[in-house]
Amino acid sequence: MSSGIPVQYFLILATIMFFAGIYGFLTRRNLITILMSVELILNSVNINFMAFNRYLYPHKLEGMFFSMFVIAVAACEAAVAIAIIINIYRRFTTINVEDVNEMKF
Amino acid sequence: MINFNYTIWIPLLPFLMFLVLGLAGHKLKAKLSGLMGTSGLAVITVLSYITAYKYFFTTEKIDGAYQKLIAFNTVWLQFTDNLHIDLGILLDPISVMMLVVVTTVSLMVHIYSLGYMKGEKGYERFYAFLSLFSFSMLGLVLASNIFQMYIFWELVGVSSFLLIGFYYQKPSAVRASKKAFIVTRFADFGFLVGILILSFNTKTFDFISLTDPSGFAIAQGSSLAFMGLSVMTWSMIFIFMGGVGKSAMFPFHIWLPDAMEGPTPVSALIHAATMVVAGVYLVARMFPIYSISAPVALEVVAYVGAFSSLFAAIIACTQTDIKRVLAYSTMSQIGYMMMALGVSGYGGHDGLGYMASMFHLFTHAMFKALLFLGAGAIIHAVHTNHMTEMGGLRKYLPITHLTFLIACLTIAGIPPLSGFFSKDEILVAAFHHNKLLFAVEYAVAGLTAFYMFRLYFSVFWGKDTHYHHTPHEAPATMTIPLVILAAASVFTGFIPFNELVTSDGKAFETHLDYAVAIPSVLIGLLGIGIAYIMYKKETTIPDRLTATFKYSYKWAYNKFYIDEVYLFMTKNIIFRYISTPIAWFDRHIIDATMNAIAELTQNVSFRIRGFQSGQLQKYGFVFISGAVILAILFVYLWK
Repeated sequence: MSSGIPVQYFLILATIMFFAGIYGFLTRRNLITILMSVELILNSVNINFMAFNRYLYPHKLEGMFFSMFVIAVAACEAAVAIAIIINIYRRFTTINVEDVNEMKF
Repeated sequence: MINFNYTIWIPLLPFLMFLVLGLAGHKLKAKLSGLMGTSGLAVITVLSYITAYKYFFTTEKIDGAYQKLIAFNTVWLQFTDNLHIDLGILLDPISVMMLVVVTTVSLMVHIYSLGYMKGEKGYERFYAFLSLFSFSMLGLVLASNIFQMYIFWELVGVSSFLLIGFYYQKPSAVRASKKAFIVTRFADFGFLVGILILSFNTKTFDFISLTDPSGFAIAQGSSLAFMGLSVMTWSMIFIFMGGVGKSAMFPFHIWLPDAMEGPTPVSALIHAATMVVAGVYLVARMFPIYSISAPVALEVVAYVGAFSSLFAAIIACTQTDIKRVLAYSTMSQIGYMMMALGVSGYGGHDGLGYMASMFHLFTHAMFKALLFLGAGAIIHAVHTNHMTEMGGLRKYLPITHLTFLIACLTIAGIPPLSGFFSKDEILVAAFHHNKLLFAVEYAVAGLTAFYMFRLYFSVFWGKDTHYHHTPHEAPATMTIPLVILAAASVFTGFIPFNELVTSDGKAFETHLDYAVAIPSVLIGLLGIGIAYIMYKKETTIPDRLTATFKYSYKWAYNKFYIDEVYLFMTKNIIFRYISTPIAWFDRHIIDATMNAIAELTQNVSFRIRGFQSGQLQKYGFVFISGAVILAILFVYLWK
């Protein structure tokens, strides 16, 4: 068992991953990389779920199941997002997010 | 107790007819729709006669008086336990009498129109409107409470509006219908105010409890006062204002002559026999209140009636359009009825004026409808309304000539025709009450005879006018009603109204007062004689007279410039000093406020629309910063 590792370590790891994801989401111009940043955010949340489940309710499985759900939803989301990105590319012949700005005033 | 339940069908049948003809009339053959309307009316005429017979001759009298019966009643609008508006049917002597008048004249007009309106566009529309009118008028007559009366009062106004504007392609007809509607509507405002004051003080709308002479409602009146007159007097004056508008009394008479733009049968039905006497009927309906707790209002009724009758008679002497002469004559005769009510007392022989007024209403409906229908036959034959373009018509229109002569003699008060009896009762009533009014009515009797025979002689005698095509007698559908109404004009004078229709329902004795009757016949003959000298042959007397009395003639010819006064009042005073400022206020204050709000919103949104840049990552940045700020707030500042 990994009882030797304190919970803060997990939380620090998750926080780093989360803000790395946010940073990527806000600064990268490529839609695919933005999608990857979103996955990073989701995974950081998964780590939090797992860590809290392990340390607070070691005999229960809610956290585990929630992570499973998140992973499943993330997979679907990736499929949909990539489909959208492909369509955007067909229409604008670019996947640079700054050039995709039709929806404005 | 006899069953009167079927009376509900008397107003309902014309209403059904209106729905059928109004909704499906254009799919029917014109002739069929006319026949349907007429036969429907024939049925209710028979029903009304049965009702009248049963009411007057087989219903049990209590204490020698005819009772007021509620034949049907239903609560229509329930506001609270005490405040509710009913729809019902009230049978009492005057409503039963009016039932007979309305259905008889209406049936005659329906039959007459089969011939008169033949080939007109909108034949079925005409019959639909006639049915609507019959429905509303019967509803008004049979109303069991004052609010129901008001509802039907407005409905007859609407049907009158529709029928005056029947030839809606003619701008003059459109103007006339608008004028009639607006003037009467304005007067009805007074009626409504009167109803509200009255009902507020008596806590009831119901006629039976309102007009019970020993009841609570009448005792209520004198307790409160405003500007020296009791509240009851005020409400009665306001209610009378509605009657003034509908009955075309001075000063709301201006719509009636213009209403002659409508088809002539309509003038006969609405603007001579039935709707215009609604004002008289209203005062008669409320009579116990007028007589017992609002005598001042009753004086107003008397003077307005007498003045209108004189005023209209003078104008009638100068008009050349035959229908307008008849219109002013109607106004004058209704003035007579109003005056008769005004000089009447309540109960027994004091109620002579009341009885005389109802009697005159009855006979007038017959002979005035006859006059109008006769005028319609003349217009039908020569295609003009102007007396100056007619003359010598007696050779071409024998039946019309004869019936018209009977009607003229009747209205002039020559015995033994009906007009003599009813007018005589009115004069007797006035004689016992107020000598001034009596003198006025005497003069009017002479004037009436003069202008009617002026009309008669210049249309049927006088110069031999050459017509484009020889005038021919009207078809049988038009002459039969003339003959029937002529018979009615001759014989209705013998109906014993003093036993049937009296102020308190009890019979009383009347007898001819020769001191009044003989001079009134003489003055009638004098009027006829003057008209005979002036108009029997083409003479220069009328022209010389008009030259002598140039200014007074001009005044009377232009109807004393009352129309111009109204125009001046509305255009130069009301429109300029009230309506224009209100319109300015509406445009520059109310509309401007709304426009300012809209403009402000537009400007602000124009400035801030740059936030919507379409840059996904900017949105994301704003969203995340907001979330972070909220998180900080919650963590560090939330206690």
